[in-house]
Amino acid sequence: MLEAFINLAYLVGALAFVLGLRRLSSPDTAKNGNRLAAIGMGIAIIATLLSPGENGTMIWILGAMLVGALIGWRAATKVEMTEMPQLVSIFNGLGGASAVALGGLELQRVVGGTQSASTNEMLILLLTLFIGGVAFTGSILAYLKLDGKVWDEKITLPQHSLINGVFLLGLVAFMAYLCLFPAQLTIGVLILFTVLTLIYGFSFVAPIGGADMPVVISLLNSFTGLSAAAAGLIYDNQIMLVGGIFVGASGTILTVLMCNAMNRSLFNVLIGGFSASGGASKAASGDQNVIEVSLPDLAIQMYYSKKVMVVPGYGLAVAQAQKACKELDELLEANQVEVKYAIHPVAGRMPGHMNVLLAEVDIPYNKLLDLEEANAELKDTDVVIIVGANDVVNPAAEDDPGSSIYGMPVLQVWNAKQVVVLKRSMRPGYAGIENPLFFHERTKMLFGDAKDSLQKLVAEVKNQ
Amino acid sequence: MDQLIAFFTEHLLMLYLLLFTIILGFEIIAKVPTVLHTPLMSGANAISGVVIIGGILLVKQAAADDWLLLVGGAVAIVLGMINVVGGFAVTDRMLDMFKKKKS
Repeated sequence: MLEAFINLAYLVGALAFVLGLRRLSSPDTAKNGNRLAAIGMGIAIIATLLSPGENGTMIWILGAMLVGALIGWRAATKVEMTEMPQLVSIFNGLGGASAVALGGLELQRVVGGTQSASTNEMLILLLTLFIGGVAFTGSILAYLKLDGKVWDEKITLPQHSLINGVFLLGLVAFMAYLCLFPAQLTIGVLILFTVLTLIYGFSFVAPIGGADMPVVISLLNSFTGLSAAAAGLIYDNQIMLVGGIFVGASGTILTVLMCNAMNRSLFNVLIGGFSASGGASKAASGDQNVIEVSLPDLAIQMYYSKKVMVVPGYGLAVAQAQKACKELDELLEANQVEVKYAIHPVAGRMPGHMNVLLAEVDIPYNKLLDLEEANAELKDTDVVIIVGANDVVNPAAEDDPGSSIYGMPVLQVWNAKQVVVLKRSMRPGYAGIENPLFFHERTKMLFGDAKDSLQKLVAEVKNQ
Repeated sequence: MDQLIAFFTEHLLMLYLLLFTIILGFEIIAKVPTVLHTPLMSGANAISGVVIIGGILLVKQAAADDWLLLVGGAVAIVLGMINVVGGFAVTDRMLDMFKKKKS
């Protein structure tokens, strides 16, 4: 009776996951969908709590749940909107770490116990540990990279993707050996395997650079799902299996969609397309000059133009400049200037990152243009202001086959009558490559913090 | 080979389940507008915290003096719970931003 009830609850939970994600994929029902999925999770957890168990274990479970819930809640409600991608990355890593703990503990049981595991069981246990481990340390490194705490050059070895390939083959061979000879597993071997797995997770993400981090997070997200599914096989638990596979599949397709948005293959991303090889592009010649624009000039120009396009990038997020952006927007609109926003699919650190930030300050949906719409409208745009974006407006992607981002669709801002780049310094963008746009004849630079510059611009426009 | 066939026959229903779940996952995401990619990734991430159920089951089976399982399982539960609660809460916050646009 109890078992039937638990299984029924799992069924309802799985249904809530599927319907929840489905509703999450449309703007009007998204919030509702997220809550539905959360309720599904709640039902599944409560049902699990009701399942029979040893005496005295409940206090451990409830205590741990309380601690985890408090930490998760605090982190989710306290973090700045701009740091959202990093937070998602960490959460994902912790899910992976949880799978590592499960896989490790279950394997440890096999070592200590009298019954030795069959090949199938061994495979499931090792996969849980392995996939979870890669998701864990990979996500942590992705977090560090996103947060700018780790720079690519410092952790990438020469021929890193080759090393990773050999490393992976080695680990697969290790797993195959343990599956065929389960009796060979000792505590020492288990620890060795775990450590190697965790190192591999770091190594896997290490060569993947800069602008590709969103893709990696999505991929690691699907890994966490798969590790949860593998853990579901250990416990013969349907909801873990279904939920995990579901996330694994949707994460994979999301990863592919993101790769498509950048016109690159997943393979290309994984071997680290943005490596040092792109350094020798033609923008390196040193005699080019940039032209600076003064604030009053820019303010006048914008105030009397017909159409202004804003290209936001991660710089806008870092500087928390979205409110200033909105203020400028309102002032200009009051003077019949049409203001639009050109959102590149990979602007910011995650697809949709910019949309979230701009929505936060009530900038209406219909002002946000996607890549194709924006490129069509840029031709009759008077002033483009680029706020903390760089690689997504780099003309080298179209005309310099030597550039490492060659082939990625970009916003063709140089088609507008005037381009103004708000930038802190001449430092290259996140992908670490030169941007010939800054030396373009129609480009002027406005150096300074994005928020600061925008606020000054707002003040100047008010004076008009 | 025999082992494979046996495995296939034994787990036929599960293989169907896996296949359809994968296709369902693909289909649902394929139609999503770019603006919702981040909340969607975040929501899916929260669902992957379902691994916490494994943690609960592990601790439930642990003997009262099996400290390794109790402590290790509790750690797995804490980590999974952070993933679940944090994931859903942060997605909710993100989606709050979208709701305002209508008013």
